[in-house]
Amino acid sequence: MGGLQKKKYERGSATNYITRNKARKKLQLSLADFRRLCILKGIYPHEPKHKKKVNKGSTAPRTFYLFKDIRFLLHEPIVRKFREYKVFVRKLRKAYGKAEWTGVERLRDNKPGYKLDHIIKERYPTFIDALRDIDDALSMCFLFSTFARTGKCHVQTITLCRRLTVEWMNYVVTSRSLRKVFLSIKGIYYQAEVLGQLITWLVPYQFAHDHPTDVDYRVMATFTEMYTTLFGFINFRLYQTLNLVYPPKLDSKAESELKAEHEEDYAMDSESYLEKLSALSASLARVVATAEEEENQLDLFPTEGENMQAREKEQKEQEAQKRLFEGLKFFLNREVPRESLAFILRCFGAEVSWDKSLCIGGTYEVTDETITHQIVDRPDMDKQYINRYYIQPQWVFDSVNAQMRLPVEDYFLGTTLPPHLSPFVEEKDGDYVPPEKLKLMALQRGEKPGKSRAELDSEEEDEEEEDEEEEEEDDEEEDDVDDEELTEEKNLKKMEGTRVTPGKVKPWETGSVGNKVRLEQEEKAEEKRLAIMMMKKKEKYLYDKIMFGKKRTTREVSSLRCAPAKPTRHITCHHSKVQT
Amino acid sequence: MRTVNLESQKNGTMSKAKEKSAKKRVVEEDDDQLPIFDKDVTEKKAGEEDDADLSDSEESVFSGLEDSESDSHDEEEDAEEGDDEEDDDDAVILDEILTKSSGVETATEPPATDKNTPTDIRNTVGNIPMEWYQDYPHIGYNLDGKKIFKPIRNKDELDEFLDKMENPDYWRTVHDKTTASDIRLSDEQVDLVHRLQKGQFGDVNFNEYEPSVDFFTNEVMIHPVTNRPQDKRSFIPSLIEKEKVSKLVHAIKMGWIKPRKPKETTPQYYDLWAKEDPNAILGRHKMHVPAPKMRLPGHEESYNPPPEYLLTEEERMAWEQQDAEDRKLPFLPQKHSCLRAVPAFSRFIHERFERCLDLYLCPRQRKMRVNVNPEDLIPKLPKPKDLQPFPTTMSLVYIGHSSLVRSISASPTGQWLVSGSDDCTVRFWEVNTGRCMKTLEVGGAVKSVAWNPNPAVCLVAVCFESTVLLLNPGLGDRLVVSSTDQLITSYEPPEEDKEQAVTWALSEGPEHDNGHRLTLTHPKAVKQVVWHGKGDYLASVMPDNSSNLQVLIHQVSKRRTQNPFRKNKGLVQCVSFHPLRPYFFVATQRYVRVYNLIKQELTKKLMTNCKWISSMAIHPGGDNLICGSYDCRLAWFDLDLSTKPYKMLRHHKKALRGVAYHKHYPLFASGADDGSVIICHGMVYNDLLQNPLIVPVKVLKGHQITHDLGVLDVTFHPTQPWVFSSGADATIRLFT
Repeated sequence: MGGLQKKKYERGSATNYITRNKARKKLQLSLADFRRLCILKGIYPHEPKHKKKVNKGSTAPRTFYLFKDIRFLLHEPIVRKFREYKVFVRKLRKAYGKAEWTGVERLRDNKPGYKLDHIIKERYPTFIDALRDIDDALSMCFLFSTFARTGKCHVQTITLCRRLTVEWMNYVVTSRSLRKVFLSIKGIYYQAEVLGQLITWLVPYQFAHDHPTDVDYRVMATFTEMYTTLFGFINFRLYQTLNLVYPPKLDSKAESELKAEHEEDYAMDSESYLEKLSALSASLARVVATAEEEENQLDLFPTEGENMQAREKEQKEQEAQKRLFEGLKFFLNREVPRESLAFILRCFGAEVSWDKSLCIGGTYEVTDETITHQIVDRPDMDKQYINRYYIQPQWVFDSVNAQMRLPVEDYFLGTTLPPHLSPFVEEKDGDYVPPEKLKLMALQRGEKPGKSRAELDSEEEDEEEEDEEEEEEDDEEEDDVDDEELTEEKNLKKMEGTRVTPGKVKPWETGSVGNKVRLEQEEKAEEKRLAIMMMKKKEKYLYDKIMFGKKRTTREVSSLRCAPAKPTRHITCHHSKVQT
Repeated sequence: MRTVNLESQKNGTMSKAKEKSAKKRVVEEDDDQLPIFDKDVTEKKAGEEDDADLSDSEESVFSGLEDSESDSHDEEEDAEEGDDEEDDDDAVILDEILTKSSGVETATEPPATDKNTPTDIRNTVGNIPMEWYQDYPHIGYNLDGKKIFKPIRNKDELDEFLDKMENPDYWRTVHDKTTASDIRLSDEQVDLVHRLQKGQFGDVNFNEYEPSVDFFTNEVMIHPVTNRPQDKRSFIPSLIEKEKVSKLVHAIKMGWIKPRKPKETTPQYYDLWAKEDPNAILGRHKMHVPAPKMRLPGHEESYNPPPEYLLTEEERMAWEQQDAEDRKLPFLPQKHSCLRAVPAFSRFIHERFERCLDLYLCPRQRKMRVNVNPEDLIPKLPKPKDLQPFPTTMSLVYIGHSSLVRSISASPTGQWLVSGSDDCTVRFWEVNTGRCMKTLEVGGAVKSVAWNPNPAVCLVAVCFESTVLLLNPGLGDRLVVSSTDQLITSYEPPEEDKEQAVTWALSEGPEHDNGHRLTLTHPKAVKQVVWHGKGDYLASVMPDNSSNLQVLIHQVSKRRTQNPFRKNKGLVQCVSFHPLRPYFFVATQRYVRVYNLIKQELTKKLMTNCKWISSMAIHPGGDNLICGSYDCRLAWFDLDLSTKPYKMLRHHKKALRGVAYHKHYPLFASGADDGSVIICHGMVYNDLLQNPLIVPVKVLKGHQITHDLGVLDVTFHPTQPWVFSSGADATIRLFT
């Protein structure tokens, strides 16, 4: 009679998941090793749909991994290496304890190591996959390369990170793929477009780190280990695509120029070479010597028509951006961040130099008459050359983001800088657009040619500003119309204390036409309200959520719009104009 | 065996015009063969006089004095000090070497030249601190055991000075504490001191530069040193070594010992993706969820943001008080005037670390982003305009009651309206004018009123406390009024008088003039009365959880009362008759039961999914039913469809108090504590396949909310699309 009784939790989702501790036991690894393995192999926990079922009826909070993932880890050869290393450490300790120095030496010679190449290949089967995931690797390597060599991690790791980041920067310079830069309070954000992938990374400002105590550096080191491997392979491949020699070598021409007198200051040749590379002032050697860069013309496909034209236009714009600073000669004062500025300027084709005492690789002196811009970050300078602009570093960043050389007047020595906007924000309609951005957009459209702006009368400027204000008002009105479609608009209006709310039009004030319109609107609103009443519970919930989000954004926008600090900015704008 | 007594003495003498200190040391040397010089100065031997058997031949190395002076001294004193006694001024180490004979030479006494006579007056107390003898007249004992007396008078500073000035030999005089005598050093002794000071050997004749003699020859000799034949074992290979070697060989063979690995020749980095093999991509890679990228920074993160992004003082305070998780921005926006003023970001490493944690600790899930237009979610309903007529505006307010109006009912002709209130009155209104035609005082707060639906009868049922009153208001057609009175008076009591649950009493006198006709006295408080559609039957509700006597059905023409239920099925909230068929609806707290009155059985039990039913209304067609509940819901049942609600409407914000259907128009209304009456279009089709269409068409507002109560009852006009509502604000309103 009947088969075996079915037991609970022996099939279904309960068997698809495994808790962390069980997984660890299955793999026979310590927790630290398990973590390391997960980091290297990219295994992450999963949240089961029915936690209680998976947890065998218990509701205790547990971390679950997919059982498949753990089975996948079982075959990993690196697990064996972990065990070997553990044994090695044990043997070494024993040999030390017994003072068997020959044994120690022998053990050290045969220290087991492991390579992550196969893991990288497995995690990123194609090059594009790898490139897509390089953001974190870049940020991490840039951070580690700024660490002091004081034992937070191995010195070799720091030097390797430094080397890789320098290689990366050199690649970006050579391929001219930098697109956006942003000076934030955290550090400097860069965004480059490499082989069609947008890659963003963050570089901290050049300060000594105050190492926090509540950070597990072992985790970070494991990540860095994986990232350096990945990063190196990517660099190799990228250099290959540009026909550059890897590891990078300076151009023979540049190298002879850079035979500086400071050569003997460096103990090791390799050290000075890395420094020279990181100076970013010289171009790299190529495998096949070619002419600088041939213009690659887009083939015309007549069928595509408009699309094609748009693409062509885009291409042209990009080319123009790549040559943004071409022909300009910059000199960096010693108080500006040399590396980032040299990197950006070189990415857009400028020539750049700095004081010889600042860093190796400066190609010309301050006294050079052909310098067009000197980047200065101090209130005043004693000796100024007449034929060059003295500008603050923000000009470079803003110009890159605007994809055009901005008028330098706002960025002169000692002037109050205009706000620095994030290039990563893309405003949708309904979002708040800072007035500076509107101004910039107008400038990009060519409404205010940069050169002639200084000649414009102040009256005209005033008019323009008025226009802008009017535009803004128009925008607001439009918004209002939009808002009216939202039914819960009245609450919102209450919150915006300062704005004029369109009250109910009284019949004797407006003609019968307006009245009709008003009535119709009211009718529609009521219709909608009634229809909302008939919504299903689920849909109502979703609808409420969406409307809540919309309301929140409009509230934020309105709060930004009527920020108290707004009028003062106008004053500062005027002030700077007067100075110019 | 030979003993050398070294005595160094600390004396207050002047050597090189300086006061020097010297220690008297006794060193015994027990070796006669090797010139080992026992330097163990700490080991001091007291017995120094017993060295009679001295052989002075070996002494020459150590003391230059003996050579020069005499060989036949009984006791020699030697001094060889490499001690670390130092003087600050000239850092000269001076060691006094005193022979016994020189010890004899005191400043006062001439030196005893005879060598044999034991004129030694040396002190025998040994090497003790001489301060111990401070208080005694003597300073020790000589060899004979006689006391050695101190000199009569001690030298003081002046004497010392005078001595220094006058005595030409002062510089070579040392003071012997043990004998308390001054000793003048001889020329040889002075010379010795000088030599030692210079770091030379004490012996004048010692040659430091003797030619060295090779102990072993440096020439290779062809003959062995010894003539002894070599051992056999030197020809035979060692077994132990063989064993060791064979072990190693075995280990190598077995692969236990590996040759040292050659250095890695492959470069660290190479073209990893040289051969991109699509087949090598694992299946699991397709399921891989890549980690989301870091959020890109907005304007507020800039080092020099537009001023509107900076936080105001209050916002900053609020930000600081919030928990780190609740903060909308993880950092405080800051403005710096120039790039050089930007400090390091203190949480940089933290943030990177948190990102690492996110990458390997956070579960990843593909979430379908709902990208819906909220407008699409709103159901497409027919426009209310197309569903007219329905009441839209408030046109009349019936004012007169002084307390909340619990119940209203319209006459079947639609000309009159009756209302019962908590101020213990029943008022009759003319609908079109709003005029109060009649006011009747009753003996309690009126819970329910109901106008007889039969147009040929003019009767109103009113219930208060435990009484149900049948009134003839005397309004309208006189014929109808009189025929009603006739109907009531034409009653003939039956022959056998049955025991009934209520007592029927005919009103007379002034009460009769007021319109009272019949009084039904119930055993318990009555909450609701309701008429059957024909107007002969009347049901009253006495909610009581503990008995089966909750619902009574009365027949007016026969003045008969019966209790239809034998069992208590819960607290009855309200009851209703089916308009066409002999069904009876009883709403308990959560269910509505439908009974067949003829068959006397339960037909259906409707689950309302409500917590507490407040009111109920039956569609004039009889196949649909609505239930209002105190938990803000209105349930529409299609009795043909299911026992579960066909639709749940949550239109009201507060508890529903009354619901009503219109007799002819497809309308229903619900009134609630939020003071609003919602009119819905509820179309029921004859086609059984088509579900009823429910569309809310109007929200009517007008009643004030008093004591958290809004609308208490709603009822439709019997012929017009009008709705009456009574509220807690003591008014009745008509919406047309």
